[in-house]
Amino acid sequence: MERNKQSVNIARIRCKTSYSLTKGSSFARIEAGEDIVTKVNTATNETERQQIIKETGLILNRFARKKQHLIPILQGVQGKLGYLPREAMIEIADYLNMAAVDVYGVVTFYNQFRLNPPGKHSIRVCLGTACHMKGGYITLDAWKRRLKINSGETTPDREFDLDIVACVGCCTKAPVTVVDGNPEGQVEPTRVDGILLGFGHEYGTKDKEKSESN
Amino acid sequence: MKMVNLTIDGKKIKARPGEKLLWAALDNGIYIPNLCAIKDKPEPNAACRLCWVEIEGNKEPVTACTIEVADGMVVNIRGQNALALARAGFELLMASHALDCAHCSANGVCELQKIAKTLKCSLKPRRLRLLLRDLSVDDSNPLFTLDPNKCVLCGRCVWECRKSKEKAVLGFAHRGFDRVLTTFGDEPIEERCMNCSTCVEVCPTGALAFKEGKKSADIA
Repeated sequence: MERNKQSVNIARIRCKTSYSLTKGSSFARIEAGEDIVTKVNTATNETERQQIIKETGLILNRFARKKQHLIPILQGVQGKLGYLPREAMIEIADYLNMAAVDVYGVVTFYNQFRLNPPGKHSIRVCLGTACHMKGGYITLDAWKRRLKINSGETTPDREFDLDIVACVGCCTKAPVTVVDGNPEGQVEPTRVDGILLGFGHEYGTKDKEKSESN
Repeated sequence: MKMVNLTIDGKKIKARPGEKLLWAALDNGIYIPNLCAIKDKPEPNAACRLCWVEIEGNKEPVTACTIEVADGMVVNIRGQNALALARAGFELLMASHALDCAHCSANGVCELQKIAKTLKCSLKPRRLRLLLRDLSVDDSNPLFTLDPNKCVLCGRCVWECRKSKEKAVLGFAHRGFDRVLTTFGDEPIEERCMNCSTCVEVCPTGALAFKEGKKSADIA
């Protein structure tokens, strides 16, 4: 009976994964029932805001007010802050006398730019060929559900950030998830909960128990 | 100024030297399908791949928006090769267009309908599977709505938005199939945009549309 239940679960996840592939990135939030209001992160307090403005200003001083410097500026700011917060993008847009939406367009176009701050722990799910065959996308889905974020995003408490990698070179251990730089092998959805518990977090696992006991 | 003489579809027309073929044709009442063409933009976008024409002496069809008029040029806008390319481009556009003409405010004035009629092809793609994005409609502005599912990414509104003195609100973001007409941070437009409605007026589809009972005259 238990096994039956599990296989049904996997089928459900699979069907959702294919859905998310065609539907684009808003999948996890749609599932969580949240409306997407903004994709830009902002400073959580005044000191952080001042810090962002100061660091951005230091980078901007090194460049002339020319539009062709936009990408080097963005790279510099991200190098300092780890991501591109709202305040920094608006400062850069004002400095170069362009619309903020154009800066946002460049940031979302290139994969190298992050809109989310790096979390305390980094989660990198491998979706290389071997990991894909071993159900890496199911693992990714488990991470998304547990952390309630999409790939490329950070949990609101800035504990974890989730991303996809192509191959980390240890395919015998597929499906692999790199946690804080250490490749973990055979990471199936249950192992996801185990890793999170190891960090002392129980994201979503309690909800699951609740729904199962009902 | 010495004018250039050319023939489009058997009709002899005159055009200013250096003018693009597309504008020469449109100014003389000859319709060539187009979406991304903007007359006052110095360089054509050449992104929509709809304005294909055949020029006598050229082996391959060319896009009318990028070709300058030349003296004695003979243009055929109904050539089979050009039509095949234009139809392919149109089908690719329509494969991710949320088609709902009966409930669309642009019904009747929509340029997609006009293009389908000109190219003599259906609005529904025949050879391609529909791939819709199901993006949320932004109706936060009191005057108009932005439905990215109907947007063809022609860039007319983005161009108009940059012409106003205020900081531009509309722009493109994301990449590839996820490319979308949006605002900074994909936030709702709300009341940031109350000064003009030129973006709605230039929209070739129903992506930007006035709310019921509203029109451009309502703008203060």
